Amino acid sequence: MLKPGQIAVVGAAESTKIGVVPELSQIGLHADAALNAMADAKLKPTDIDGLACVGPMMPQQVAHYLGIIPKWVDGTGVGGCSFMLHVRHAAAAIAAGYCTTVLITHGESGKSRVGATPRPPEPESLAGQFEMPYGPFGPPTLFPIPVLRYMKERGVTDEDLATVAVVQREWAGKNPRAMYRDPITVADVLNSRMIAYPMRILECCLVTDGGGALILTSADRAKDFPQKPVYILGTGESVESTMVSQMEDFTSSRAFRVAGPTAIQAAGISHADVDHLMIYDAFAHLPLYGLEDLGFCERGEAAGFIRERNTAPGGKLPLNTNGGGLSYTHTGMYGMFALQESVRQMRGTAPAQVEGAEIGVCHGVGGMFSASGTVVFSNQRP
Amino acid sequence: MLAPGRAKPKPTPETRHFWDGTKGGKLLLQRCGDTGRAFFPPRPFSPYTGSRNVSVFEASGRAKLYSYVIHNRPVPGFTPPYAIAVVELEEGPRMMTNIVGCEQTPEALVLDMPLQVAFEPLDEEITLPLFRPAKESA
Repeated sequence: MLKPGQIAVVGAAESTKIGVVPELSQIGLHADAALNAMADAKLKPTDIDGLACVGPMMPQQVAHYLGIIPKWVDGTGVGGCSFMLHVRHAAAAIAAGYCTTVLITHGESGKSRVGATPRPPEPESLAGQFEMPYGPFGPPTLFPIPVLRYMKERGVTDEDLATVAVVQREWAGKNPRAMYRDPITVADVLNSRMIAYPMRILECCLVTDGGGALILTSADRAKDFPQKPVYILGTGESVESTMVSQMEDFTSSRAFRVAGPTAIQAAGISHADVDHLMIYDAFAHLPLYGLEDLGFCERGEAAGFIRERNTAPGGKLPLNTNGGGLSYTHTGMYGMFALQESVRQMRGTAPAQVEGAEIGVCHGVGGMFSASGTVVFSNQRP
Repeated sequence: MLAPGRAKPKPTPETRHFWDGTKGGKLLLQRCGDTGRAFFPPRPFSPYTGSRNVSVFEASGRAKLYSYVIHNRPVPGFTPPYAIAVVELEEGPRMMTNIVGCEQTPEALVLDMPLQVAFEPLDEEITLPLFRPAKESA
């Protein structure tokens, strides 16, 4: 097992523009973010010898497009948390000596759909046979399938779910790059358009264009880079099922319960040490599941924890401080943007900076509770 | 016959028996011979033990409403609002389905309400297992 702090992030950047970016194709967004991250680390494409991005066939496209000759590639594609897995795999590869400097890229023309990867239905797949005939139409109809069961068993209300969106909008209000910044109330959320009961549109993530990239190297090299290194203390990953109807427990994600605690344990920290938290919020229920499954709250306590403003500005556990997928941006695979915010918080450069933050946890979801990846960061090398 | 437009499942060798079953008015599950536990979706081995010692059996068709969303936007083959539901079968496994013979509202769709399978042909090849409120609850 890697020791906490052996590997560091030395380059991090988003695409120059996020939101509505029809002037760049999907691969153009990858490249724009990658060039920005290389500028951040003062590196050239020829300095990169490892590359990860969400496959299939994307590592080849991105490597050739950017002029990178990798000795190590990873095309892991398990949905929006793939980048957390890329960080984990890259850290192991650097430690093993397979490569020294890994670039992880994301680009997605989620809104404008320029050069976007099509997602064809596969009528022979298990989901194609046993879910698609019943009328699901994209994530808003699938991701919230377990929510009513969660609400019934936990005693969670519509107001509790709406509060997640309200609090995150408070964070977004501090962030000039957030797509939605105007304050909202619980009543605004409950009166917003019903998409798939019980989820209203203000409880669903945005659909945007954008990209992001990270550069990782060994902690020993990291001190020679221009930016303050952000050390990787621990990581975790897991998968469950591509079919939300088949998740083992509708009130808890098994993939979360494996990935989160694995990362926290590997980091050698306790929950009380965590100064800043990102939980991928494709929909308003995700932070509730994440807080409970990662062990920040007991089962049934997450809604109250948010209602009591523990995760809000000024609270003891600032959560989704960029505004999250609900208010900041969500290209389709938002995990890269959660990682970018964690890195900014550790560097001390976030628009809504948590003063004195030293340890951050970044937790991602892929598919509909289908995969998970967690990374624990710190600006202090243990 | 269901309204045209729904995504049509394409059976594979491992799932063919399930779709043959629904066409004949039977809901077929599989059971792990080692643990006695039922499972779904179909596969030629046990997800509990990895053993190939499995058998096919006919389920009772009794279920309860486990969770759902009510979709408010048009999708080919559906008239909104319509519920996309997950039911828990009496034998244990859960499956996605639609609820028929019932208003598609939160008031009418109460979690844990008893349901009974209702076979609805999609076309000449495929029949879908949908569910309706059980008579005793009416």
